[in-house]
Amino acid sequence: MSANHPANHLLELARDVVKQARAAGATGAECTMAEGEEFSANVRMREVENLKEAGSRGAGLRILIGKKTGASSTSDLSKEGVAHLVKSAIELADLTSEDPHAGLPDDDEFGAIAGDLGLYSEDVATLDPALKISTAKRGEEAALTADPRIVNSEGASFDNYVGRRIFANSSGFAGEYRTSHCSLSVAPVAREGESMERDFWFTLARGFAGLEAAEEVGLTAAKRALRRLNAVKVPTQKATVVFEPRTARSLLDNIFEAVHGMSIYRHESFLTGKLGEKVASENVTVVDDGTIPGLFGTSPFDDEGVPSRRTVVIERGVLKSYLLNTYAARKLGMKTTGNASRGLTGNAGIGHGNFFLEKGVQTAEQMIAGIANGFYVTELMGFGVNIVTGDYSRGAAGLWIRNGELAFAVSEVTIAGNLTDMLLGMEAVGSDLEFRGSVAAPTLKIGEMTVGGK
Amino acid sequence: MRFNITRQDLEGYLAEALSHGGDYADLYFEYLLTSSISIDESMVKSAAQGVSMGVGVRVIAGERTGYAYSDDLSPEKIKKAARVAAYIASGPSKVEKFDLNEGVKHNLYPVLTAPTETAFAERVDLVKRADRAARAYDPRIFQVQAVYADNLRYVLVATSDGVLSMDRQPLARMSVFALARKDGGAPQRGHAGGGGRVELDFFLHEKTPEHFAAEAAREAVAMLDAVDAPAGEMTVVLGPGWPGILLHEAVGHGLEADFNRKGVSAFSGRMGQKVASELCTVIDDGTINSRRGSLNVDDEGNTTQRNVLIENGVLRGYLQDKLSSTLMHQEATGSGRRESYAHIPMPRMTNTFMMAGESDPEEIIRSVPKGLYCVNFGGGQVDITSGNFVFSASESYFIEDGKLTRPVRNATLIGNGPETLKYVSMVGNDLRLDEGIGVCGKEGQSVPVGVGIPTLKIDRMTVGGTA
Repeated sequence: MSANHPANHLLELARDVVKQARAAGATGAECTMAEGEEFSANVRMREVENLKEAGSRGAGLRILIGKKTGASSTSDLSKEGVAHLVKSAIELADLTSEDPHAGLPDDDEFGAIAGDLGLYSEDVATLDPALKISTAKRGEEAALTADPRIVNSEGASFDNYVGRRIFANSSGFAGEYRTSHCSLSVAPVAREGESMERDFWFTLARGFAGLEAAEEVGLTAAKRALRRLNAVKVPTQKATVVFEPRTARSLLDNIFEAVHGMSIYRHESFLTGKLGEKVASENVTVVDDGTIPGLFGTSPFDDEGVPSRRTVVIERGVLKSYLLNTYAARKLGMKTTGNASRGLTGNAGIGHGNFFLEKGVQTAEQMIAGIANGFYVTELMGFGVNIVTGDYSRGAAGLWIRNGELAFAVSEVTIAGNLTDMLLGMEAVGSDLEFRGSVAAPTLKIGEMTVGGK
Repeated sequence: MRFNITRQDLEGYLAEALSHGGDYADLYFEYLLTSSISIDESMVKSAAQGVSMGVGVRVIAGERTGYAYSDDLSPEKIKKAARVAAYIASGPSKVEKFDLNEGVKHNLYPVLTAPTETAFAERVDLVKRADRAARAYDPRIFQVQAVYADNLRYVLVATSDGVLSMDRQPLARMSVFALARKDGGAPQRGHAGGGGRVELDFFLHEKTPEHFAAEAAREAVAMLDAVDAPAGEMTVVLGPGWPGILLHEAVGHGLEADFNRKGVSAFSGRMGQKVASELCTVIDDGTINSRRGSLNVDDEGNTTQRNVLIENGVLRGYLQDKLSSTLMHQEATGSGRRESYAHIPMPRMTNTFMMAGESDPEEIIRSVPKGLYCVNFGGGQVDITSGNFVFSASESYFIEDGKLTRPVRNATLIGNGPETLKYVSMVGNDLRLDEGIGVCGKEGQSVPVGVGIPTLKIDRMTVGGTA
């Protein structure tokens, strides 16, 4: 079997799969195709450790026969492979239930944002591997030479990806878009006496020109590892907690899960039924925006063929909208927000575009300056967040704040509270919002949480 | 086998891979069939099946690894991948002949008909049964979701040092999630699941949908009365089975050879030292029949085995893959694993557990004046370098005056790998392995694993509650 369809034929092939599905008895069909090429170079202790390069493609099909669905996927895009794909999806529809809310989006909902969204940069596909390796080496070198206590390294890696995503359905929608990204990350290890700590820093962009200087990335990574050295476990207490942007971002992940339309209709989110209510302090405005050119959560259309858009989720503390695909919207008697997401196949789930908390006016230093006793969290560990109840309990490391200054390193402690109280207790929001991925938050300050220690 | 490939073909691809003078090359062919079915609101809302295949080519030259893969198994594409991987080395080809031999291997999952090969309708019935049983368990259960998923993986590994191995790896799992609510109050969640490298019969006769459904519903209902978790250091008793995730996080990852070869693990350089109380003997065993974490051969073609990691509290062994064992001049341990043909193998765990001790579990609980008894967990995570690890208790109870009292809300437990097991003061005689739901993630690669412990008393651990 050989996949002898050149890339520009994938859109045609996706249309053809939909046609074949219709011919086989499907009343509705959605075909997703994806192809991509990846490259990664890992350097460790100044030597190349791994080089990896490859390309792959795959196709997925979801069909409806009336209100029943079936789904299939394959990496075999030959004629036989596609025939099997169609047959596999069709035969499953017999076994699923009639679901009154199943179906494609309404006809007037399809579309794509016009114009160049800056998702693809030609230079990524043509970058010289030697330049990628030397970029990783420069990043690691900057970390290794930053301080004599940087004694080891988990290495530096340069990764890049170029891909294409195609979607076609039986309502006549067909679209495709290309994406690219490249990144550099550096992970040094610091040691002093018996204390050994690692940390990392990274830069990520759609094109090579958008990356931050390798030396800056390496130096930042080294500083982060160094400041964790000789950490102590503090006594158990209530304290003000400040999340630096890297950890604040994980709170946005939690908020996303809580406004996820599927969780809402199943009543498995603590924000279920809270539309229009005050769920956070006035400092909190959360936006999902899949339309910002060049960013990592941007796309012309979602995975049901509905245009991406800007949705205000929380506005000055008031819950304004959930994030929905067509299915969740119908369950809730609402309209899709263009947030359908899926891999290659299956019923659409829900994803986010660029999901962020709008910045405030204070710098991180100003936010810390007013705190007599608090915890500046630079690392979170584990999965101790229960979206059903909002119970929050995670492992943490960072720096203790004493009299308005970062005083000493802390590790092997937990921070705990409930997301409901944490959002309402958001006392200050920093001005340092930046996008290193599709979820972003500035420095955040929560009045009081429980720090579990000795 | 599925790959329609001859010994000569394999030797040709290996020669291509070593054409620039690498020390070692291997080929990993994979053909994967997957199915999944889910029920939500008593409707079977999705059923999906998929097929994927590909080959990964790896070349090792000293400490350097070149890797390429292809999802197209035509000879030209495989050769191209071999050439790309070959570039990691720079020199003339050294190898002239490969003597590919199939060694003796285990037969740990003699599954005649894999679940993936059975009629789909039978498997759909499993999620329907789970839905009915969870709802029937208690009127306070108001939402149920159940997912059944299986796969069947055919692998062929050929290496330049003569290993040729083939394996057929079935895997199946079912999970049930239930939400309970009383008097219009806040809902609570319960979850249970399990499976293994088993026939469908396992779900019809051994661990039925009703078994998992009742367990998920029981947990959700029990948590309705839960009170806030405590905060700070206290005595923690872990129940048998899945709480063995403690070992996976506290010591397992830190003993993977790649981290130790590089000197970045909190366990680096501690071989032969005491890292746990003498009551603790920790094993990683890839050879237990039908278990989710078991493999006849690892993903580098080596036979899996039973590896002693900690013996009576003393650190005894690392988990090795090909690269680290070569560079460290140690024996392979059958621990080289990868998520798929698109991934470079690394040292990983299989089924990690602690040997049973002598204490009666009830006696262990009776010995605690004030503490926490944890019976069910969500996920865990470890920072290899500092050794700090967490795991999140989803169901636990206060121990007061040697008796279990109130249920406690979710809380994360945190400890330090080389320290925590030193505080193990009692080990139960009730070793149990988990039901077969574990997924371990490392550097972006997920593989199925198992864990297990007997009832365990840890005199001092930090509990991350609010009270």
